[in-house]
Amino acid sequence: MSKNDRIFKFENKPAIFSCGTVAGKKEWEGALGGVFDCHSEDDTFGMPTWEQSESEMQRLALNHALAKLSWDSTELGLMFAGDLINQCTSSGYGLIDFDVPFLGLFGACSTLAEGLILAAFIVNAGYVNAAAAVTSSHNCSAERQFRFPIEYGGQRTPTSQWTVTGAGAFIVGRRSLLDVDEKLISAKSAPPNQPSPLFTHIRIAEAMPGRTIECGITDANNMGAAMAPAAADTLLRYFKVSGTKPDDYDLIVTGDLAFEGHRLTSELLAQKGIHLGSNFNDCGLIIYDRERQDMHAGGSGCGCSALVVAAEILPKIDRGELKNVLFIGTGALMSPMSVQQGLPIPAIGHLVRLIHD
Amino acid sequence: MDYLWAFIVGGLLCVIAELLICYTKLTAARILVAYVVAGVVLTAIGLYGPLVEWAGCGATTPLTGFGYALAEGVKKAVAERGIFGALTGGLTATSGGIAAALAFAFAAALVFKGKPK
Amino acid sequence: MFYINEGNKANNNSVISFRQVIFIYKKDYKKYAEQTAQKSNAFTNCIKAFLVGGAICTFAQWLYNMFITRMSEENTRLLVPTVLIFLAALTTGLGWFDKLAKHAGGGTLVPITGFANAIASAAIDNKNEGWVLGLGAKIFTVAGPVILYGTLASVIYGLILYFIRLAGAGGAA
Repeated sequence: MSKNDRIFKFENKPAIFSCGTVAGKKEWEGALGGVFDCHSEDDTFGMPTWEQSESEMQRLALNHALAKLSWDSTELGLMFAGDLINQCTSSGYGLIDFDVPFLGLFGACSTLAEGLILAAFIVNAGYVNAAAAVTSSHNCSAERQFRFPIEYGGQRTPTSQWTVTGAGAFIVGRRSLLDVDEKLISAKSAPPNQPSPLFTHIRIAEAMPGRTIECGITDANNMGAAMAPAAADTLLRYFKVSGTKPDDYDLIVTGDLAFEGHRLTSELLAQKGIHLGSNFNDCGLIIYDRERQDMHAGGSGCGCSALVVAAEILPKIDRGELKNVLFIGTGALMSPMSVQQGLPIPAIGHLVRLIHD
Repeated sequence: MDYLWAFIVGGLLCVIAELLICYTKLTAARILVAYVVAGVVLTAIGLYGPLVEWAGCGATTPLTGFGYALAEGVKKAVAERGIFGALTGGLTATSGGIAAALAFAFAAALVFKGKPK
Repeated sequence: MFYINEGNKANNNSVISFRQVIFIYKKDYKKYAEQTAQKSNAFTNCIKAFLVGGAICTFAQWLYNMFITRMSEENTRLLVPTVLIFLAALTTGLGWFDKLAKHAGGGTLVPITGFANAIASAAIDNKNEGWVLGLGAKIFTVAGPVILYGTLASVIYGLILYFIRLAGAGGAA
């Protein structure tokens, strides 16, 4: 065990208060159905360019997350955000109106996990009462940047993944705030028969940031295979250091490994004697109805894990249906340039343990 | 009869590209480049000319036909103008097609707006 | 089958070794991931490519037979691809071309329609970045290499033809 194989434990109980989700048309029609806060029928969100659409999605997502708490943005001490577009312009433009100190992130599709970890750090340390983690991806803007023009007629390989059009904003704050803050108390006491708009029982318990792993995969149409070793590496380190085994968790969910990466991660870990059972799932497999929507290997992109975690996993943790969840945000850290130069794709997997508390 | 051969030869040239898509990691752009260069080479060694005679548009419509036009143009121009024909022949023979593609693409960009898949 | 433990038995359960093993067996992992990946159904794809590609070429032949009765062969040879290019640009703009190409693959790529689609889609997609360096430059993303290497091959062929003729003329003299 190396000195830096370390799990960060959060004693001061950083909690996730609420999240806002914004989805595109395909995600709205997907396996999760209409559980998102807002969606656009033509994926434009009323904007003239795809890049501006993505910015608008981030703005809407954070607005929804704040509205659920009856907060305005001044309650946020800090926000972390990132996306896939060059120099993270979607976040830069999208969150401009909130007037909150902003730290931009790049973790490719792992940005959500990275943002949650940093928000938990900063809240746990007591520097701020609440911080936001925001991320987004848009199929059209990503397709333009990483692959071909949108109308270009090409055939996708079965291993290719579909970049999710979606944005998620998560508000992380100190747990005790739920009993102190007047706005939260009044938001919490929703009228009977209606679900509470905010989460009261979700805690970020632990985090283990990943290491960059590169296994020689150069094919940008098989990102699952590039990311699987990174997810396996983080899980292996986590099980080793914590002394736990996969059965101890209700759900182990990876960000966007999709069909190929999900299979390879199971196989890599099986090689090391760790057998993941039916509690091992992947956001890229959950978000779409793969057969019906012809999604090939599954979903990918920052929005993939953001939408699934916010709309599917967190509500279940809040209700206590899931009590102990490992979320591994996976990211392929390549750029169009590195792919053209034929460099292998480096990948990363950040682990966050979410518990019902 | 000419329809049948156009269908079979054109279809088979597309099948070769499909096999390249399925079994190699060649991008579409590389396949197009390979087809054009292959068209020039096959014409130069005298194989593509007979195929065009035989299959008509089945051989000229695929991008190898673009290579055929380049090579035929150069051949004609070299016969007429000597070494200068080597520079002018190819693009002169294909200028119509290239200009049409650029003009229609520009027009499409003026009229249409991108939409999601 | 790819065994990650192989050659690392002494240090089998060490966490650090995973990274080293991955590093040592990188090539094997890549091979394994590629071999076990889901493959496209080449047979049905080829059938679709054959039918669509053949149909486009037959349509071209029909156009040719129709035009040749009304104009010179030279003009017919230009007009046939021009009609195909127009249709490809139009369907690209309407967003139909990529839906067909998704199934047809090589069937729409290889005929001149694929070339036209590559140009038109790049033009439509990049106009927000400006008329000159956006649309103007990006329109050649796929067309540029095709024109470059095609022209290059034709120039080389022209030079070879020229020197063969020279040698032939010299020999005759």
